[in-house]
Amino acid sequence: MAYLELQNVSKSFGAAPVLQDLNLSVEKGEFVAIVGFSGAGKTTLISLIAGLLKPSHGTLSLNDLEITAPGPDRGVVFQNYSLLPWLSVYENILLAVEAVNPNWTSTKRKEHVERYVGMVNLTPARDKRPGELSGGMRQRVSVARALAMDPQILLLDEPLSALDALTRATLQDEISRIWSEDKKTVVMITNDPDEGIYLADRIVPLTAGPAATLGPSFAIGIPRPRDRKAINHDARFKQLRREVVEFMLASKAERRVSVTRKLILPDIEPEDLNRPRGVTGRSIAPLRKGEVKEESVEVKS
Amino acid sequence: MSAYVELSRLTKSYPTPKGEAVIVRDFDLKIEKGEFVSLIGHSGCGKSTVLSMLAGLNEISGGGIILAGRELAGAGPDRGVVFQSPSLLPWMTAYENVMLGVEQVFFSATKLERQEIAEYYLTVVGLGEAMRKKPAELSQGMRQRVGIARAFALKPKMLLLDEPFGMLDSLTRYELQQVLIELWRKNKITALMVTHDVDEALFLSDRIVCMTDGPAAEVGEIIDVKIPRPRERKAVLEHPDYYPLRERLIEFLEVRAHRKPVPPRAAPPAIKSDSPPPSPVVSHSSS
Repeated sequence: MAYLELQNVSKSFGAAPVLQDLNLSVEKGEFVAIVGFSGAGKTTLISLIAGLLKPSHGTLSLNDLEITAPGPDRGVVFQNYSLLPWLSVYENILLAVEAVNPNWTSTKRKEHVERYVGMVNLTPARDKRPGELSGGMRQRVSVARALAMDPQILLLDEPLSALDALTRATLQDEISRIWSEDKKTVVMITNDPDEGIYLADRIVPLTAGPAATLGPSFAIGIPRPRDRKAINHDARFKQLRREVVEFMLASKAERRVSVTRKLILPDIEPEDLNRPRGVTGRSIAPLRKGEVKEESVEVKS
Repeated sequence: MSAYVELSRLTKSYPTPKGEAVIVRDFDLKIEKGEFVSLIGHSGCGKSTVLSMLAGLNEISGGGIILAGRELAGAGPDRGVVFQSPSLLPWMTAYENVMLGVEQVFFSATKLERQEIAEYYLTVVGLGEAMRKKPAELSQGMRQRVGIARAFALKPKMLLLDEPFGMLDSLTRYELQQVLIELWRKNKITALMVTHDVDEALFLSDRIVCMTDGPAAEVGEIIDVKIPRPRERKAVLEHPDYYPLRERLIEFLEVRAHRKPVPPRAAPPAIKSDSPPPSPVVSHSSS
């Protein structure tokens, strides 16, 4: 049995099915990226693995133990950082360390927290509060907090979606570096296929909702360490990019019911609003260029 | 012969206590009729400023813009704008939002014709079933579809897109680019798009204008995209030109955009090219 195992997992809210028949096996030390559309149920999936939600059907297990409730063996990094605003960077991380390791001496805790603050390059900002930090820095605190609990598995829920492109790239590099030092099992949710290909060992697409399910895995197989620039030349990168994007767009197209509707578009020209209206001798009808065009359009809903 | 759209020596500066802050200096660009041009550059390089001057939403400090043989003054419905945030009126349905502009520019048409226009564009952007909904009931991607329908429905001479998909996730962005390119193919409206997404620029444009970092940004490089149209995502990604061009753009944004092509000018540029450069020593002795 794999390290993290999802078997026929379904989740519905009331009568609305969100996730249907999810099967996933993640090996120890593997970095898996789940790529999906917004609204497809990605956060629901991570909440299920985190134990914040219970599945309607099926089972989830980590290290042969069924997941029934949240626990410190799973560190979660949320999209919106979820830091305590009245605590400093150091205190936010310390809170998690204290909760997980109540028996440690204060010196050991301090050293441990300092180490993780350093790992995400926040030592100069250790006494600042979240309100004084940029989005990228806040997300680093959140990553450090999750790692400092030394979880068996790290769950990243679109950790970089709220950041601008440049900060995003920097943090991707940082996640990549930390992962290669730590070799933790990681499940990352993302809406960016490029991010998934750059960071993960394997991409698993989540099809468009409702009743989303997991598609076939794409093994990445690009050797590490990966270079952001060099990867653009990599034939495998280009191929994966094309395949993943295509699979995702096709999954959405399949969900839609196509109806052909006849539409009419009058071929008339807009009026020039700068010309004074109501000038005598001017026709009161628009310039009609040609016949009315009838067009059949495929409507997807 | 002059081009359909001509931006010549376009300049934007704001007065500050420390003197003029020049955002855009002497920006020249010609766009042919039916061409799709992208402006790409980092945040703050002034690309949106250029676009908003074209839209007539921002005053021009120097130079001028000619559209279809006439100099621009102020905003007008001959230029359809798609903003980064959809900017819809929240108390109106999607249909009413589109109709608002349609009623203005097609005031002489019949009521039925106006309805047909609004319904046509809303349906082709994929909102056939949702056009009676208000913005709050629509997802971010659907709201942006309304924004696209609203711009096209006016039959503008020019389409201005200001990072139209910047707020959407990558997959929704791919979908909407497809919607946009199909509508554009049917209408062939001259378009200028501001973006910092390399893939988006390559997929949509005929020409990509790369801007260096601001302040006083300049045109760094112009790239022609000769991928045949109509473009399909798969074919574009497989086209032999795609990745070489993509690398060139990324290289530009990562390296050359930050480099100033000439050392910063100590004095304001001379008005006439043949006049001697002003030197503080000379001016002192002559006074």
